[in-house]
Amino acid sequence: MPIHEEHLIRPENLKTHEDLVIDGIDVSGHWSTFIESRVVTDYNEALEEEIAALPGGEFIHRCWQCGSCTNSCTVNAINPDFNPRYWIYLIRVGMESELLRDKDIIWQCVSCNKCTYACPRDVVPEGVMKATAHWLELKGHTPKSPSMLFDEEFSEQVIETGKIEEGRIIRGFFKRTGQPLMQDWLVEMAKRLVAKLPVTLLVKMGLASVLRPRTSGWSGARDAIQEYVDEKQAEQRKALRLDELVEIAKQEVKPGQQAAAE
Amino acid sequence: MSSEKKPYQKVAYYPGCALEGTGHAYNRSTKEVGKALGLELDEVNNWNCCGAMEVKNIDPKIQTYLSSRVMSIAANEMGHDVVMAPCNGCYHNLKKAEYDLKNDADSRQVVDRISSKAGHKTYEAGQVETIHALDWIKDGIGEEALRARIKNSLKGLKVANYYGCMYTRPRHIFPEKDQGEGSESTSQPHFMDDLLAAAGAENVDFPLKTACCGGAHTLSDSDTSTLLVLNILRAAEAAGADVIATECPTCHSGLEMHQVRAESKFGYTSNVKITYFTQLLGMALGLSAKKVGMHENISDSMALLKQKGIA
Repeated sequence: MPIHEEHLIRPENLKTHEDLVIDGIDVSGHWSTFIESRVVTDYNEALEEEIAALPGGEFIHRCWQCGSCTNSCTVNAINPDFNPRYWIYLIRVGMESELLRDKDIIWQCVSCNKCTYACPRDVVPEGVMKATAHWLELKGHTPKSPSMLFDEEFSEQVIETGKIEEGRIIRGFFKRTGQPLMQDWLVEMAKRLVAKLPVTLLVKMGLASVLRPRTSGWSGARDAIQEYVDEKQAEQRKALRLDELVEIAKQEVKPGQQAAAE
Repeated sequence: MSSEKKPYQKVAYYPGCALEGTGHAYNRSTKEVGKALGLELDEVNNWNCCGAMEVKNIDPKIQTYLSSRVMSIAANEMGHDVVMAPCNGCYHNLKKAEYDLKNDADSRQVVDRISSKAGHKTYEAGQVETIHALDWIKDGIGEEALRARIKNSLKGLKVANYYGCMYTRPRHIFPEKDQGEGSESTSQPHFMDDLLAAAGAENVDFPLKTACCGGAHTLSDSDTSTLLVLNILRAAEAAGADVIATECPTCHSGLEMHQVRAESKFGYTSNVKITYFTQLLGMALGLSAKKVGMHENISDSMALLKQKGIA
């Protein structure tokens, strides 16, 4: 397995000798900066399969690393660390620890689908980003992202009633993320909106927020969807061996607990 | 190609959730434009949410089911063969469901299983053609006939036409696009440009027609969305636009929201106005600003429209 590209040149891998004389020549400081050699041993050979088991990740194996995804990426243009091509590479070679260095930004994919449009191999990189963000959460590497909390709030309303109501989504999302609803810019926007909207529409929107729009006769669809979602989630837990991991974690905790008790 | 196109005189109408809330002005201006042009809309009975950009992240096949139910009602209960969705999200999802149901046996099986438990007929690929409000007017009326009906030209109004992401990407779910003359382009969409040009507007050369507004993360990653919207506003201003025309409620409210947010968070003010293309078209057809809901926009274009002699 090759040692990976640029990533040896990170600040923590650079060694600089402040006082170093070799053969009578002073090469201190800048002139004696070396890259520490390193051998990677902690591959997770199952990583690609695990990502492929989650919705969106199915076609990751097709990637031939052309970089069209990163080149076209909306988020990459504002944050160069957001690099789908690179993450797909890391997943395919199983370099989990390297992938985890970027764990806090992967969820920021905005689903613009420019990558999927540009990809010559039908990898659906947008789906891979969603699967990877999901994987990080399921494995406990990151808490649920704000995006996932939003998706859950939204989906729960759709599954329950067949429809959504925007005010309710906004309130539910801010509650889930523990943020105050009174964001100054939201208040500013609401003020401008209320000043303009006709009273009848405001009353209608207010009522919708309380009464909730619903699709009638939805309960059959609701139950069938919920049943399917539960089945899929169980399959995903199995594919990621989450229950086994929980057991292992319990075993590992025990000796420590005993020591603490003594 | 054009001979196979269906006449869109009477189509099933799927407004979607946003058009009953923040996108209300789009809903009413679309209906008014339809009336003015003699195009009849028959709202899908008891419709449900298409899943927008969220449900697919819980499970993509649930999203396929949600869209299939809307198409099933239009086809099997109402006898329509065309569904018109003015929201890019709804339009995209119905198109994606159509593609998946045509090409993927697993999707067909899941949709069939949920549909039968939900107690309605399973939608089968090919039963309806899903179109956007742009197709509806472009192919249902055409630019020439539209030009003949313009009572109040948009002459002198400089417009940046903004299409967003979901109207053209990914390409494979829009098999009718990129088919040469008369068809829509996924890299350089022009249907909105064509319609507003027919109404007398001057379209500016706008490079960010299909850029992303960050709509999916408008609340969950607001700073990113504001930066993306700022790019769009600045590019439109640099191109000399008075107004950005939109054709999606999420893009429209995203641009409006983050125009306000850019002001309060980053101190960036922009003068470009934001309106739905149907609002501009409606006014060009002689409808009042009130009728097309111009006053419902947060971005206030009344002074501009008066100055240009349009309102």
